[in-house]
Amino acid sequence: MTATAPIAPAAGRPRRHYGTHLFLVVMAVMWLVPLLWTLYAALRPKAVTDKYGYWSLHGPLNLDNFTAAWSQGGMATYFGNTLLITVPSVVLTLGFASMMAFAVSRFTWRFNLTLLILFTAGNMLPPQVLAAPLFEMFKHTPLPYSISSSGTLLDTYYAVIAVEVAFQMGFCTFVLSNYMKALPSGLTEAARVDGASVWQQYSRIIMPLTRPALAALGTLEVVWLYNDYFWPLLFIHSGDRLPITTGITNLQGQFLLDYNMIAAGATITVIPTLAVYLALQRHFVAGLTLGASKG
Amino acid sequence: MSVMPQTTLPSAAAASAGVTAPSARPRRVRRLSGRDRLVLGVMVGVPTLIQAVLVWIPTLLSVGLSFTKWNGLDLADIRPAGLSNYTYAVEEYPPFWPALAHNIIWLVFLALVATPIGLLLAVLLDQKIRGTRLYQSVFFTPVMLSMVMVGIIWQLIYARNEGLLNNLLGTAGTPGAVDWFGDSDVNLWAALVATTWRHAGYIMVLYLAGLKGIDPSLREAAALDGANGRQTFFRVILPAMRPINIVIVVITIIEGLRAFDIVYLINKGTNGLELLSVLVIQNLVGAGQVIGVGSALAVILLVISLGPIVYYLVRTFRRAD
Repeated sequence: MTATAPIAPAAGRPRRHYGTHLFLVVMAVMWLVPLLWTLYAALRPKAVTDKYGYWSLHGPLNLDNFTAAWSQGGMATYFGNTLLITVPSVVLTLGFASMMAFAVSRFTWRFNLTLLILFTAGNMLPPQVLAAPLFEMFKHTPLPYSISSSGTLLDTYYAVIAVEVAFQMGFCTFVLSNYMKALPSGLTEAARVDGASVWQQYSRIIMPLTRPALAALGTLEVVWLYNDYFWPLLFIHSGDRLPITTGITNLQGQFLLDYNMIAAGATITVIPTLAVYLALQRHFVAGLTLGASKG
Repeated sequence: MSVMPQTTLPSAAAASAGVTAPSARPRRVRRLSGRDRLVLGVMVGVPTLIQAVLVWIPTLLSVGLSFTKWNGLDLADIRPAGLSNYTYAVEEYPPFWPALAHNIIWLVFLALVATPIGLLLAVLLDQKIRGTRLYQSVFFTPVMLSMVMVGIIWQLIYARNEGLLNNLLGTAGTPGAVDWFGDSDVNLWAALVATTWRHAGYIMVLYLAGLKGIDPSLREAAALDGANGRQTFFRVILPAMRPINIVIVVITIIEGLRAFDIVYLINKGTNGLELLSVLVIQNLVGAGQVIGVGSALAVILLVISLGPIVYYLVRTFRRAD
């Protein structure tokens, strides 16, 4: 252990990274400016910015734009719609993905690797590749008018939820199967010897042990689905049924050149993701890196 | 006492005679009871059915529809069209070549600017540096936002008279003010800068996780051998990061091909912002639905995407097999 002695002081003395800090501070400011500029515009009355311009320091700062954007923009409806899409989608995605992952990682059968590869591949396709057939499939699927006002699967949440689940399932199956594969096989082996059925092995042994991965993926999926723009854009045509991320673009048309209102709407939309970020950052980052680091 | 291997379940002792050692390989399905096989069949069957109906079959249908002529109304009206949709797209459809060029620019910009910024941030923040967590939080924040929000926020920076950029340049309110998202000479680059704002943080987080996973003894050994920081990074750390490097390359390419939201938000992907992904949608939802042409464009996008997808799958699953 004599070899460690000479390098110990070097490692212990904090190196001064003035250049690095200068670079990082400049970058951090550049990264924060768009957010702060948006917040600043949102807090200022339009009358003031019209008079002095946006590049000025005239007050007052208040929340009037926020309340106006919230009520005039009908943002409560958009948020409600987002909830209706996101919650079932995340629950179903994790449910199906965990079952599939359990089956491919804890048992060997003929096509398990083939299926896992196809699941993983599906998630990597550009969504636009599937857009036309899915749109036409839904358009030609009749539904009773009591369920769907369009008489088809178009303009319904079922369509959005189904596609979100199918598209996200591949990624989640891939991540969860890696995680489950790493659990010792003795666990389920012992339970099997005890007479535990396949379902019991899944629900009582594997799922509780997979909780950290499920928490990470759950957080990630909530944010991803909250942020999804494309599928609702494609399937939902009634403005009052859009989720927030797709609906916010309507706000842009509605408030045409009222940048203060647009900024306020944007700020409100960002708040839930930032709340998730502050509360569950660890899970979110874990979810992102689970998919990458095991690859 | 502790002879039993890992069988800590309460009632496992009774059966422990049968458990000599945990089997190294996952179990074979053939040995399961009928009911267990049924349960397992449902657990595999339902997700696979969903995946097949909503992902794989539509992908194949896209390929099929690209060889037909159809207005999207009556299924009986689908007519075979041979390669005509492809020849039309490549030879006559005006936005095709600009879109392809923009996709390539998009990809090259991500690969040469956005991803390297993320890598640089990760390497800098991996050092023992004061405030590293704070810096990480700042750079990571845009990753939480949708590309739609990124577009809206940057619209506030880029607006002709109201935006921050022109106010800083002193051109706001003058005839020389540039409409950064509107002017077809610059809007692609403006969109790419906004995209970089989010993409770099994403890459930073992935790469930081990879760097943290590097065995510290590798660095120590390199230091003992007299390697300086640069040599340690390029000769020791970078090769050890090979799996994550592959992920970063694939993500960069896929993100480049998937780009859609921000340009669709800005101007529906017209006037300097044409991308293949947007042309697909323009042909599907526009007034005159041209499903065949849209599908042909989708297949071209699919074929380009299969390159990085297959590369990634081979890299990932070759070891597992």
